Amino acid sequence: MVNLTIDGKKVAAKEGITILEAAAANGVRIPTLCYQEGLNEIGACRLCCVEVKGTERLIPACNNTVREGMEILTNSPKARDARRTNVQLLLSQHDCRCAVCTRSGNCGLQRIANDLGLAETPFHIDIPSGTWTKDFPLVRDNAKCVKCMRCIQVCDKIQGLNIWDVANTGSHTRVDVAGNIRIEQSACSLCGQCITHCPVNALHERDDTAKVFEALADPEKITVVQIAPSIRAAWGEAFGLKPGFATVRRLVAALRRIGFRYVFDTDFSADLTIMEEASEFLEKLRNRERGKFPMFTSCCPGWVRFLKSQYPDMVCQLSTAKSPQAMFGAIAKSYYADLLGVDPNRICCVSIMPCLAKKHECDIPNINGAEAGKDVDVVLTTREIDRMIRAEHIIVEDLPEEDFDEPLGVGSGAGAIFGATGGVMEAALRTAYYFVTGENPDPDAFRDVRGLRGWKEASYDIAGTTLHVAVVSGLGNTRRLIEALRAGEVRYDFVEVMACPGGCVGGGGQPIHDRQELAGERGRVLYGLDRVNHLRFSHENPAVVSCYRNYLQRPLSHRAHQLLHTDHEAWRMPLDVYGRT
Amino acid sequence: MSRLSIITQNRAQATVEELYKDLERRIVASPPGLCPVDMAASFLKLCHAQTCGKCVPCRIGLGQLEKLIDDVLDGRATMETIGLIEKTARSVYLTADCAIGYEAAGMVLKALRGYRDDFVEHVERGRCTSEISQPVPCVALCPAGVDIPGYVALVAEGRYADAVRLIRKDNPMPVVCGLICEHPCEARCRRNMIDSSINIRGLKRYAAEHAGEVPVPKAAPATGKRVGIIGGGPSGLSAAYYLALMGHDVTIYEQRRQLGGMLRYGIPSYRLPREALDGEIASMLSAGGIHVKQNVSVGEDPSFSELRSRYDALYIAIGAHNDKKIGIEGEDAEGVISAVEMLRGIGDGETPDFTGKNVVVIGGGNVAMDVARSSVRLHAEKVTIAYRRRRVDMVAQVEEVNGAAEEGCEILDLAAPFAVEKDEGGRVKALRLKRQIIGPVSRGRPAPRNAAQEDLVVPCDVIVVAIGQGIETRSFEKYGIPVKRGAIEALNWSGIKDVPGVFAGGDCVFGPATAIRAIAAGKVAAANIDNYLGYHHVIGTDVAIPEPGTYDRAACGRVNLRNRSAADRVRDFSQIEQGMTDEEARQESRRCLRCDHFGYGVFKGGRTRKW
Repeated sequence: MVNLTIDGKKVAAKEGITILEAAAANGVRIPTLCYQEGLNEIGACRLCCVEVKGTERLIPACNNTVREGMEILTNSPKARDARRTNVQLLLSQHDCRCAVCTRSGNCGLQRIANDLGLAETPFHIDIPSGTWTKDFPLVRDNAKCVKCMRCIQVCDKIQGLNIWDVANTGSHTRVDVAGNIRIEQSACSLCGQCITHCPVNALHERDDTAKVFEALADPEKITVVQIAPSIRAAWGEAFGLKPGFATVRRLVAALRRIGFRYVFDTDFSADLTIMEEASEFLEKLRNRERGKFPMFTSCCPGWVRFLKSQYPDMVCQLSTAKSPQAMFGAIAKSYYADLLGVDPNRICCVSIMPCLAKKHECDIPNINGAEAGKDVDVVLTTREIDRMIRAEHIIVEDLPEEDFDEPLGVGSGAGAIFGATGGVMEAALRTAYYFVTGENPDPDAFRDVRGLRGWKEASYDIAGTTLHVAVVSGLGNTRRLIEALRAGEVRYDFVEVMACPGGCVGGGGQPIHDRQELAGERGRVLYGLDRVNHLRFSHENPAVVSCYRNYLQRPLSHRAHQLLHTDHEAWRMPLDVYGRT
Repeated sequence: MSRLSIITQNRAQATVEELYKDLERRIVASPPGLCPVDMAASFLKLCHAQTCGKCVPCRIGLGQLEKLIDDVLDGRATMETIGLIEKTARSVYLTADCAIGYEAAGMVLKALRGYRDDFVEHVERGRCTSEISQPVPCVALCPAGVDIPGYVALVAEGRYADAVRLIRKDNPMPVVCGLICEHPCEARCRRNMIDSSINIRGLKRYAAEHAGEVPVPKAAPATGKRVGIIGGGPSGLSAAYYLALMGHDVTIYEQRRQLGGMLRYGIPSYRLPREALDGEIASMLSAGGIHVKQNVSVGEDPSFSELRSRYDALYIAIGAHNDKKIGIEGEDAEGVISAVEMLRGIGDGETPDFTGKNVVVIGGGNVAMDVARSSVRLHAEKVTIAYRRRRVDMVAQVEEVNGAAEEGCEILDLAAPFAVEKDEGGRVKALRLKRQIIGPVSRGRPAPRNAAQEDLVVPCDVIVVAIGQGIETRSFEKYGIPVKRGAIEALNWSGIKDVPGVFAGGDCVFGPATAIRAIAAGKVAAANIDNYLGYHHVIGTDVAIPEPGTYDRAACGRVNLRNRSAADRVRDFSQIEQGMTDEEARQESRRCLRCDHFGYGVFKGGRTRKW
């Protein structure tokens, strides 16, 4: 322990910790902007600079360690003035039209400027310009960037894709796509982690809410909306609602208020995915000599983009099953259009997803199976649907709980846990076990694959066959696993991959809470929903059962193939379908 | 009003003078990788501020050029803008009245010639082609990429053995480099912005001398792969060391009696004591699995192809040991010797006796200084260094030139030898030289030409020719190793095009250079040979680097190393340079600005923990 004083208070701190940590442990809050623990401790914004008695220059608290006898003043006149100046300098290069910014109220720069009570800034306004690729699902606004470098760090250190880099030097320094290429030419997985780690609105999703409002206003259109599993654990956060209150059934009610005609659950098509993927896996096991193992899950389009750009020779190992979103779109515009007795072209299929890669997925030319335009027309992130709810002046506290529409609104607990890392694997194993043995396992038999660890392994015996499975989340972990596979250090039969750490609950389209990783809490909500659901097995979902009975016949049938499977090799990565401004 | 007055500097002017000095030091410390267009714009702003304002091109033209280049930087320019910049700069260059204007425009034109593609990149893509890849100046400029801030911090904490371990991760010769490295690391030290660069080599020497015995890391399990290394100089030894640590079985073929290459057969012991060199080589060989075959000349026996078939990979590191002839009349006279020959003899203990002799050394490089200073120690009556250009143009390090002068060598500059006079016995009698005048700059250096003065005749008994070394490439060329301009042509990863499994590096590839470049080449070769053999052994260290602790940076003088007095040191071949005292090392190591932690280094590239 070292002894020091912070703002006159004598404290003892653990050796080796930073001034910032020591202050926090003793109830002193030092403002920060660029800092993120363990990820970005580079002292770039200089807002955490404090005075250390006996030292002329100020010292950033975030990356300097405490020393015996230090006398630290976090709010001395010198520190206070310098902090205000640095915030004012940042503001001079930031597009401060907060009224038309979707991060207003949730912006690190706005917060600190407001906290300091800044009423004006003395500097010339010098907002940098920049161009970006129109229509790309990920948008970077150079006029908002504070160069905290967190986007670079999360992409390098967590996702291992190194999409972002510092471009230029001197006053022209900015963040840009690494290697002097355009974003659409890059290997960006569209995981969106850079967005959720951005303290301001320099990075955000392409806003597609206008397209949805347009469809809602069109009397010819039948709007069908699906809600992804992980949305139910997160949508209420932006309104300050507790998870227990912000249920998916209240979201259903909100969507009806907005005017969606039919509100459905992606849990349904997650169950469908399990039926197809488990069958495909067992088929593959039966013909072990013909296939390459492990088989990889394919429901995360960020992961699919990653694999296609980084290890194209392994794309053949992806399950051909489409993602739940894509399966839903195909079913909505075929089976469900039949049930309604309408021309599928009249259906506008909207999905609420925690993800930017899903915005790309629905644009893949060969993803569509229903032959009625795009299977999924518009993808909204959790943040966008929250904005629509706000825009419609819906008083969320007054929302009642309403049921999904039938039949595509029925989902099992196995479908719900798709939104958390390990969930797809667990759901698939539950059904695979049933397919092989004709009996249901204990629904919690495969719980070893749950949890936030980045790389999990388990082995299960199913009717005398031992299956080695692995679950990874986060693309850095994914790369480590793939390298280990390629080096022959590990062997698996089946691997679940989610691009975002923690799975979709930690998705790049989820509500942003600066410097908080909420995948764990949101995941617990999903596992709670699984536990209380009377349906724990995808194959017992009655809506799925009748869909097969009345329409698809059986998993891997010809029609199932046509609608629910896709050829991942049929498109190129990078997929250059976006224009440029 | 008095008719005349004494000019005194006012306070503003004195301060500006000080700022000029600050700026000079700042330019010295300019980090690599900056946007060259941005730099051109900044230079131009300074140039424009120097304008007196009398003439149109300079007063207005430079300002307009500034704005046009800013347009390029700020994304407002088109390709026409670049054309306009060029046209305007040419016009300013052609019409400005004084150098303030035309030289400023000349800088713009030079920039356009030198990196037009970067201007274009800015126009077309709004960004720069250059980038900061290694933000710590000393590490960026060390050919071997040694973690300099790391070991300097370790020295400050008194952890000398850890410092040696850390250095060895990238450079297995800390003792040798502590004594003779040309320290390119110091050139752009950020400390120059405050006062002057850190004495990095001095601190390395201090660490190496105070570390005691530091065992080398444990080698990886044996791979069973065999690597042959041709040449036991710094490059071959470094490659051998790392390959041995990786678990490969290494054999060094050395042409001479002892290992060390130019460290032994080129550098005199007063700069690099033999005990230090022998100790370093012994510790490198202790990495295990290294066999040494001395007195073997690869080429005849064994032949290169024989060797190739015996090993899984080969590394050619034969150095540059051939002497170059000067090509003047009478060069065949008895008493004309080459520097290479002389230093080689001294390396093996065969010292000539120059007692009472007049020695003339021809050349202005470090080797010329080495032979001149060795001649003094071999009791020459008089030593003269003859050099075509001016003393300031000598390529030898300034301290070497000064050292020679202090030891009584006469420096005869602007004198070009053209004939050797012989006596009846065919022995050297005198050297005839043409007086030179320094002239126009050619290829960046002022070139000398014959002056309208009488020829010089310097009577002498010995002439040592030190005008560079060549590379013995013939036996390798025969085997199909490509040779270009007298050097073996290797790729930047040490491989040789179309000759798999054969690598080359060091002086035999880039011509006579420095020890640290040879060491770095050995390191690069080791890494790529390891990969070629199908492995990816990692060289790293677990030495923990101290957290930086100093925040205020008051200016403080740099500790320079002192030499023994000239009168004393000319009497023997013992080491002349004295290391730092404890007090000096402590102070000097704490001057380090820790660019690994402060600035860009804390974000990207500040520390490479393994390779």
